[in-house]
Amino acid sequence: MSSDTEVQLHPLKGAANDYWARIKSGDIGALPAVLGLVVLCIVFGVMQSSFLTPGNFANLLTQAAAVIVIAMGLVFVLLLGEIDLSAGYSSGVCGAVLVILVTNHSFSWWVAFPISIIVGLALGLFIGWLVSFLGIPSFVVTLATFLAFQGLLLLLAGEGGTIRMEDPTVLSIENSNMKPLISWAFYIVCATLYIFSGLRRVYARRKVGLKTELMQLWILKTVGLLGLTGAAVYALNLERSNNPDVVSLKGIPYVVPVILLLLVVGTFVLNRTAFGRHLYAVGGNAEAARRSGINVKWVRICAFMICSVLSAVAGMIFASRQNSISPTTGGSSTLLYAVGAAVIGGTSLFGGKGRMRDAILGGLVVAVIDNGMGLLGYAAGIKYIVTGLVLLVSASVDAISRKGSGS
Amino acid sequence: MAEPILSLRSINKSFGPVHVLRDVHLDVYPGQVTALVGDNGAGKSTLIKCIAGIYTPDSGEYIFDGKSVTVHGPRDATALGIEVVYQDLALCDNLDIVHNMFLGREQKKGFTLDESAMEVMARKTLDGLSVRTVKSIRQTVSSLSGGQRQTVAIARAVLWNNKVVILDEPTAALGVSQTEQVLHLVRRLADNGIGVILISHNLNDVFEVADNIAALYLGQMAAQVQKSEVSSNQVIELITTGKSAGVTPVGAN
Repeated sequence: MSSDTEVQLHPLKGAANDYWARIKSGDIGALPAVLGLVVLCIVFGVMQSSFLTPGNFANLLTQAAAVIVIAMGLVFVLLLGEIDLSAGYSSGVCGAVLVILVTNHSFSWWVAFPISIIVGLALGLFIGWLVSFLGIPSFVVTLATFLAFQGLLLLLAGEGGTIRMEDPTVLSIENSNMKPLISWAFYIVCATLYIFSGLRRVYARRKVGLKTELMQLWILKTVGLLGLTGAAVYALNLERSNNPDVVSLKGIPYVVPVILLLLVVGTFVLNRTAFGRHLYAVGGNAEAARRSGINVKWVRICAFMICSVLSAVAGMIFASRQNSISPTTGGSSTLLYAVGAAVIGGTSLFGGKGRMRDAILGGLVVAVIDNGMGLLGYAAGIKYIVTGLVLLVSASVDAISRKGSGS
Repeated sequence: MAEPILSLRSINKSFGPVHVLRDVHLDVYPGQVTALVGDNGAGKSTLIKCIAGIYTPDSGEYIFDGKSVTVHGPRDATALGIEVVYQDLALCDNLDIVHNMFLGREQKKGFTLDESAMEVMARKTLDGLSVRTVKSIRQTVSSLSGGQRQTVAIARAVLWNNKVVILDEPTAALGVSQTEQVLHLVRRLADNGIGVILISHNLNDVFEVADNIAALYLGQMAAQVQKSEVSSNQVIELITTGKSAGVTPVGAN
């Protein structure tokens, strides 16, 4: 292909060619997760009519929420090429702190929640300090804290084993929905902000004479995304109660704006701040980062603290979903699902590559497998095996694409 | 000739009983390429690390821009305007060219990164060096060839209006045409008024771009001479035996 032919191409076609070239060079981005999600939805939708219903869709979101939030935290750690195996139990411990304060000591949630976040911060500081100052591999440190936090949760939960959560605000996160009108208003506000920030970026680059993304392509992407999310809002606004006269179930679950907020803040930190840039740099080449004057140890500690803080948020979501905290909260498959979610979404296990949205896309894939196979009546054993295989496939894609990019 | 931007006088450095640098003199002139040659173990790396502030010399004078200075760490050297491009380049493969050039020194607008300003500045620097080989400065470094990576590393060193740039064997791992590109770039750095120190084992490269040649022999500066005054054979003699007929050793004048 000579440069002469490139000029004659339609601009959108040129963009498509560039995209294809990127995929071939191993930079596949979110493609596997999106394709996987579409294929899984079609397969489950055909096999089980109750899968593609508004009720199940809302259920899917609330089911995936906690894993998505933990996965978001793990993205920060995975970006450095590290891992936090104890993230699941960190969420259990922080959730237990929240519930104990609210239920046993009658704190209000807005006092108890910040305290549980501080506990998360302390857990992350401890792990990060061991990894960066003592130089113990994070795998070993967090394997130890995995066990230790599990014990801590057991002690906190105490003899009875479960502590009920009775605060209505916390419970509403996973169990209540915005009213349909408010849902639409929320959607319109978000969409407007999204369009506005996109246009502002294009305008800012044009002002200093830099090349901008093709306008047609941007419009296409924006319309696609807003159309899809609009359809989701529409579906969530349909009645999903079996008996609407007794209790009506309509609107966006409250957990969705919570996750959206985390997505926006996390993406902002990763893409727009020097700290975010340093995270990528340390993950890509720690020695180069160190020589550039980046405080690598501090960056490491911060990543572990962010991970544990997000786990604490997940702990609140668990408390809301289960109406309680038990010694198994955040245990069993939670952590593996969260790591799987991040990797399936496109975050690299080798460090240096990952985004916030990976956690959401991957978390949805994991939840769809879990939910769809549950509806089809498969045993838990089969679900685990399939989820494990999907994780293996995405890890292979990660490893192969790394080879393909030649580094 | 203009005043040297960087002068070392009687630099000594020992590691325990090993006397690595003995009374070394070195002058680096703005707008000139000073090639630093010498066999393995002659002390080139130690000398460079003394200049870059990684080692502190035991004795001797470090004169920068006419003033005697003390350099206690890499930060001091950076503050003076001295930048080293090491052989392994120290680039992050997963970041793009602009990100790499500004790594650790990001331009900010309030809390956020000022991407546009960084891109404009990076573009300007690359244009100033007449770099035309990279298609987009937003592509990741992993997609670049060896010569292009070297270009990015060098461009990063000149982005901050540095006065002295030290290049550690920039052509060691490159093919013929890429070597040529990098040597052109080295020449342009000097033409932009920067004092360049080029470490190289390849005398062809040295004779192609250098203005003067400093030869180290067993920790002593055998000679620092104008390129026009010596032949390739004389330089080889300096490197292997420390002296050569017709070349006046440093300190003699």
